[in-house]
Amino acid sequence: MSNFNYTLFIVLIPLAMFLLLGLQGHKFKKLSGILGTTGLGIAWILSLITAYQYFFVYGNVGGVFKPMLAYNSVWLQMTETLHIDMGILLDPISVMMLVVITTVSFMVHIYSNGYMKDEQGFARFFAFLSLFTFSMLGLVIATNIFQMYIFWELVGVSSYLLIGYYYQKPSAVSASKKAFIVTRFADLGFLIGILLLSFNTKTFDFISLTDIHGPAIACGAGASFLGLSVMTWSLIFVFMGGAGKSAMFPLHIWLPDAMEGPTPVSALIHAATMVVAGVYLVARLFPVYAISAPQGLEVVGYVGCFSSLFAAVIACTQYDIKRVLAYSTMSQIGYMMVGLGVSHYGGEEGLGFMASMFHLFTHAMFKALLFLGAGAIIHAVHTNEMTEMGGLRKYLPITHITFLIACLTIAGIPLLSAFFSKDEILTAAFHNNKLIFFVQLFVAGLTAFYMFRLYFRVFWNKEPHYHHTPHESPLTMTIPLMFLAVCSIFAGYIPFSQFVTSDSKPFESVMEMGIAIPSVVVGLFGILIAFVMYKKETTLPDRISTGFSFFYKWAFHKFYFDELYLFVTKKIIFRFISRPVAWFDRHIVDGTMNGISAVTNYVSFQIRGFQSGQLQQYAYVFVSGLVGLALVILYAFVK
Amino acid sequence: MTEGTPLTYFLILGTIMFFIGIYGFLTRRNLITILMSVELILNSVNINFVAFNKYLYPDKLQGHFFTLFIIAVAAAEAAVAIAIIINIYRNFNSINVEDADEMKY
Repeated sequence: MSNFNYTLFIVLIPLAMFLLLGLQGHKFKKLSGILGTTGLGIAWILSLITAYQYFFVYGNVGGVFKPMLAYNSVWLQMTETLHIDMGILLDPISVMMLVVITTVSFMVHIYSNGYMKDEQGFARFFAFLSLFTFSMLGLVIATNIFQMYIFWELVGVSSYLLIGYYYQKPSAVSASKKAFIVTRFADLGFLIGILLLSFNTKTFDFISLTDIHGPAIACGAGASFLGLSVMTWSLIFVFMGGAGKSAMFPLHIWLPDAMEGPTPVSALIHAATMVVAGVYLVARLFPVYAISAPQGLEVVGYVGCFSSLFAAVIACTQYDIKRVLAYSTMSQIGYMMVGLGVSHYGGEEGLGFMASMFHLFTHAMFKALLFLGAGAIIHAVHTNEMTEMGGLRKYLPITHITFLIACLTIAGIPLLSAFFSKDEILTAAFHNNKLIFFVQLFVAGLTAFYMFRLYFRVFWNKEPHYHHTPHESPLTMTIPLMFLAVCSIFAGYIPFSQFVTSDSKPFESVMEMGIAIPSVVVGLFGILIAFVMYKKETTLPDRISTGFSFFYKWAFHKFYFDELYLFVTKKIIFRFISRPVAWFDRHIVDGTMNGISAVTNYVSFQIRGFQSGQLQQYAYVFVSGLVGLALVILYAFVK
Repeated sequence: MTEGTPLTYFLILGTIMFFIGIYGFLTRRNLITILMSVELILNSVNINFVAFNKYLYPDKLQGHFFTLFIIAVAAAEAAVAIAIIINIYRNFNSINVEDADEMKY
């Protein structure tokens, strides 16, 4: 056992940076970016050291990666047995997440130095980025479900702060509120899930929760409700929280709007890290799901499958490049959920789990790259609309190459990273659920299509009239692009099945050609269609969209889900529940109180005339009282 | 000098003086007159004290002393009251009791 105490600094450095930049940022001005980046750089190096030490030196005990408590302290002692701890748990998935988060965050920090250069509140931006990184790291290293919940909410807050970074823009403000309220609503489910789960298992602790021989998993077969055990229900509620954070259908509506935030934020929070928190949550509780609540896992799989299809269809119709990427993110997270959903516990059967984590890892790299590339494009042409772009390959050579690499990666072209991870998810799906497999195969084609639609529209096609010639971004922005492009290419060669598996025991995964070949063919087919439609300016896309005008419109308006939610909340909940409740509060509750005070007031006004200040009136009353009293006494006692 | 005059006469005198004092206290508007009314009330009480002492306990002196005491106190009270009245006059430029009505609601 080695000393992993230094992992504490991975979490505490971003916190210190947040406090420093948040409280004293105005003094540092431009230096704040460098400070934040340096802090994150140290955390990144520490994470890499942790990963090396865990995976190659101390973690593997007798062929199994043991979870380790690097640090633990009791935070809230309520009773002898009920206490909430704060600590650091190191196991394969948390160490992997540490690497993912710090890598992407570090790249985004470097990138932001260039991208946010001329913005107001430069220090505020870096302070919030540090806060986010701190909370996200706290989330992944959580030793117990309550600590995770606390950091989960902190992540939500920092997401809210960063989406609303341009707080003078009404659309950004409403987007930030939407994101916060939707995820908050989902977190209600998460909280119910936590309470149900820990009430049944009598523990918050992840290690004892996921111990397959422990008492926690054994209590799965308990009381049942509506045909599912309480354990299953609690895990479905927990998944509701995860679905909210990961923008799974039907809680996805906040993610596209969250693109109002600065682009580096979209890359960090709404593509690579925060939105995979839901996946991480399910993965964290995976043994519980797989052993005591397989129906819960099926829910995860189907929700993921539907979301990925749904989002991919919408992505084909959008024109805002960041929105296309947002829907693409949702679709890829759907893939990860599918991977978990079709997995079983242990060994080869746990292929889906491994593939899901693998895809999470590669997705973080290429999606961050796509977003940062989109940021570079927006930086160059000052618009989000792809209709106002075209022919940019001449002006932005580095962005073009890196973006192309990312597009090829997400399309699943062989030898690039996502090919391996996506292929393994498909393999796992094929062996467990044929329906999900075919849907995911179709989505793979759609993914290739909409990514290359974006690519050809932006970099080829007809060149519109630019107000000033677009220019390549500064070095601070292109270096992260190149680094992430290298990661996107080579991340796939990490033998993930040796490190991250459902039961922490390494196994050999093999590539099944029967599945790899169709998925590549479908991907190439998608690229081909996009090539024909968007390489040159043609009327073909318009003709197709008018041909399917009903369906196209439906998808273009995101299947009218925003409108539906608005209808439900405004027309039904507000009108039939909130209004009567508000009326009751205003008229009955407040009315009683106001009535009492009004009566008191009225009576006081009526009797205040007695206090006239006229001495003789007082004397008059006094004397008449005296006379009256005298008369009474005379009448009563003098016979 | 008082031989043959019944006690009731003195008491009637005291009562008349007392109610004249009360009436004056309630109806006059001039503060000096009100003060005079108060003196009237005090003197009616003095008469009662002396009369009762003389008729009921001729060999005792408590009633006389009490009367002397009241006269002394009344003198002090008059001095204080006049000082107050002068202050009221300075503040309100009037000694009409109705003008001094600051102490309300």
